[in-house]
Amino acid sequence: MTLRRAWFPALLGLALAVALTFLTLPILAIFVDQSPADLVTSLGEPGALDALWLSLRTTAISMAIILAVGTPAAYLVATRSFRGKAVVVTLVELPLVLPPAVAGIALLAAVGPAGILGGTIEAVGIELALETAGVVVALTFVASPFYVRQGMAAFAAVDRTLLDASRTLGDSEARGFVRVMIPAALPGLAAGGALALGRALGEFGATLMFAGSFEGITQTVPLAIYDRFATDFDSALALSAILVAVSAAILLAVKLVQRDDSLGGWGEGPARAGR
Amino acid sequence: MRCVLALGAAVVALGAACGDDEDENGGAATAGERARVVVSAAASMTDALEACAPDFGDQENADVRLGFAGSDELAAQIREGVKPDVYAAANTRIPGELHDEGLLEQPVEFATNEFVLAVPKDSGIDSINDLTAGDVKIAIGSESVPIGSYTRETLAKLPPEQEQAILANVRSNEPDVKGIVGKLSQQAADAGFVYLTDVNAAGEQLRAIELPAELEPDVTYGAAVVKGAKEPMKGRAFVDGLTDGPCADALQAAGFGAAP
Repeated sequence: MTLRRAWFPALLGLALAVALTFLTLPILAIFVDQSPADLVTSLGEPGALDALWLSLRTTAISMAIILAVGTPAAYLVATRSFRGKAVVVTLVELPLVLPPAVAGIALLAAVGPAGILGGTIEAVGIELALETAGVVVALTFVASPFYVRQGMAAFAAVDRTLLDASRTLGDSEARGFVRVMIPAALPGLAAGGALALGRALGEFGATLMFAGSFEGITQTVPLAIYDRFATDFDSALALSAILVAVSAAILLAVKLVQRDDSLGGWGEGPARAGR
Repeated sequence: MRCVLALGAAVVALGAACGDDEDENGGAATAGERARVVVSAAASMTDALEACAPDFGDQENADVRLGFAGSDELAAQIREGVKPDVYAAANTRIPGELHDEGLLEQPVEFATNEFVLAVPKDSGIDSINDLTAGDVKIAIGSESVPIGSYTRETLAKLPPEQEQAILANVRSNEPDVKGIVGKLSQQAADAGFVYLTDVNAAGEQLRAIELPAELEPDVTYGAAVVKGAKEPMKGRAFVDGLTDGPCADALQAAGFGAAP
């Protein structure tokens, strides 16, 4: 009898073990294949540091744009009902499911030199293709949906009485947005921001197709890894290890923020709405 | 730890096998009866080999599965334990190295290509001397891929100041020829160094500018059967077919020259 009951939990355990092994082994191999000393040596190579610095810069700029534009946009969609809202949400989410190669082609066709807006952009004096600005465009295009989508959910989940209370007290909507809604939605926004950050740091295909690959200008860490794959596997491993570490740190930070939320989040009452 | 590494390699191999699926060239339904020849070939041969693979398959009663990438990437996969049946590269150096490392059987030279300067069809650039102007954006192959090493080899024959001026205009080191051709046809770059066959394959979009004979590198393609291949016999037949048979014809139709 016990045996007959035990088979299902055992199956579940087996499935988890298979999934864990499959998912962690390749990542583990990145670290097993090299000593920490090798890792440091490989990073001493100038190109590797250039790539890291470029990745950090472009990701930071792209995140600033995503937060500045994405936050109010997500707020608007989450707090209004209007015709075609579902279409708007779908359009925002579409880049999430696009293969990176499609994103690269689409960016070339839209804002590349021969693209539909290429002439206009050139006339303004901006160059995107093969320039650092192009990397930022590619990162923003692929990463922003992660933030906006999560932001919409976070704003929609905020107890509307909070905002109403702030309005009753004479606040403008702008003030309510900044003082009430953003703090209340912060854990969700942070989670979305972290996902977007991780996606931007790891972006490869769209960057390569749209911005090209040049050390210090457009060759971000994933492109540098690919460039070294054939010639300098150790250096590729070292850069991979760093991306894994940074991504793990981001993920951990999100988990911490979310745990804070569940321990004492904003949803519990207007008392913490901070006025 | 060895077990971990072996499994890691298996995962890499699995990934590579999945990647190959995208380039699969028909006939998978009959894979049960026909032998499957896996070919890793340089990206510059994409059109030619895709055209001849079905004919070769019928002739040899085999399904040809083609995978295209930069010659160096394919070599790196082989060094990591991936075993296609045939490796065909855009130079003779990499197959030679892999042979010395005991990973390939004796390579053969099977085709030549012409190394040219390519520009979008309406470009004002007419010679390599026009590449030193300040506003020219150049896309070339990354140093590790044959097209990139041919490019550097060629530029090194120029006077040093001209070489430096051209290298200073390089805006992208692309991982394979497709990347260079794509940047040119989208006018993201103004000029690039590729093979004549790539310009032919791009149709009307690009124009090839021949280089002076003293600059032109000798571009010879080499291929070999991979040691430990699952189908060594069919692999050898495929390699032989690159110099004589439907694939040799397809290569010539694409603009490749016969092996020296």
